[in-house]
Amino acid sequence: MAFHAITIAETGESFRCDERKSVLEGMESLDKRGIPVGCRGGGCGVCKIEAVHGTFEKRVMSRAHISADEECAGIVLACRVRPTSAMTVRVLGQMKKAVLRVDGCLSV
Amino acid sequence: MPMTGVLRPGHAVLRVLDLDESVDFYSRVMGMKETGRDKSGRVYFKCWDERDHNSFVIRKADTAGMDAFGFKVLNQATLYRLESDLKAYGVNTERIPAGEMLETGERVRFQLPTKHTIELYAEKTDVGNGMPYINPEAWHADAEKGIAPIRMDHCLIYGGDIDGNKKLFEDVFGFNLVERVLLEDGETALAYFMTCSTKAHDIAMVRHGEDNKLHHISFLVDSWEKVLRAADLMSMNRVSIDIGPTRHGITRGATIYFFDPSGNRLETFCGGYQTYPDCHPITWTWEDVGRSIFYHDRKLNPAFLSVVT
Ligand code: FES
Ligand SMILES: [Fe+2]
Repeated sequence: MAFHAITIAETGESFRCDERKSVLEGMESLDKRGIPVGCRGGGCGVCKIEAVHGTFEKRVMSRAHISADEECAGIVLACRVRPTSAMTVRVLGQMKKAVLRVDGCLSV
Repeated sequence: MPMTGVLRPGHAVLRVLDLDESVDFYSRVMGMKETGRDKSGRVYFKCWDERDHNSFVIRKADTAGMDAFGFKVLNQATLYRLESDLKAYGVNTERIPAGEMLETGERVRFQLPTKHTIELYAEKTDVGNGMPYINPEAWHADAEKGIAPIRMDHCLIYGGDIDGNKKLFEDVFGFNLVERVLLEDGETALAYFMTCSTKAHDIAMVRHGEDNKLHHISFLVDSWEKVLRAADLMSMNRVSIDIGPTRHGITRGATIYFFDPSGNRLETFCGGYQTYPDCHPITWTWEDVGRSIFYHDRKLNPAFLSVVT
């Protein structure tokens, strides 16, 4: 069993992630915060991150949220990547707050 | 009113990112029966107690979400009548020939104001629930395989013009409003729950900034015990759970929200109440929106309004 340190660039917070788990699962299982948690299946896009440093293995992700160019640039969904080294990530995804305006837009 | 027009939700067609993983999930974990695959690669499923050939279809795609939601109507004459009613209402319709979906008759397809694709059809091959129509048993082994829902029950869709959707379902199909949730202004609806039957809902819709989004497809199980059993199976199989087991204030259903391997939200639920066309709709105000959605937590979870496919 190998673990890798995942650091969230914005906050400097870090956690140890089992390399068999996704970065998102690793964060959640230690009750850490920083990356929004949604479907955990690569479909909803809320866990979008940029891998600034480090290596990882990835699984198929929805093209509605990660374009081919983004994928090449290391922009991924945290629920679909498993670390193979220590990683630093920047959080791009956003969970909208439960504030819904009358025009139907969610405001954060 | 006896059911003479739209009978019930008939099929949901969903996109998945990894077909093999999804087939394994829907057949082994959900315990649904695979009833066929077609040339275009779609895989067809039914729940154990459903009699028609399919109620849930998946296809591999590079995004998750829902392609179409289908309603079964009484017969072919009703199908054509509803088609002309839609046209008279100003909605464009398209006929999809019989057989384009396995064991399914001609479909009339149209778009809701929220841009979701809805299909009506009258015919789907009766393959039975595995028990005879004369002197059947109460259930059989498939009723205990995996989560084993009884049927695909309803959907909750997200989009902009839910008022337009509500009006179309009422004016063209005679659906009834069962419950609604109002926003802060006390006028604008956040959500509508509508029925074509005596179920508390056959389709529900929530106002959202983006059109054509799926919140969940829901499957019925027949007891709270089975909702808990479903939660156990989800943990055994490391299924991503959104929230639950808990209860909705709206419809009073006992529920689990969870996700398929591509992030499409599903629900297994039991209970809820029966309604009739003379029943006064129930209204939930903004102050109590949390209790209306999640009766025990009494607050929305962050995913409820944001996580859709
Ligand atoms: S949590 Fe939905 S895509 Fe990662
Ligand atoms: Fe539901």
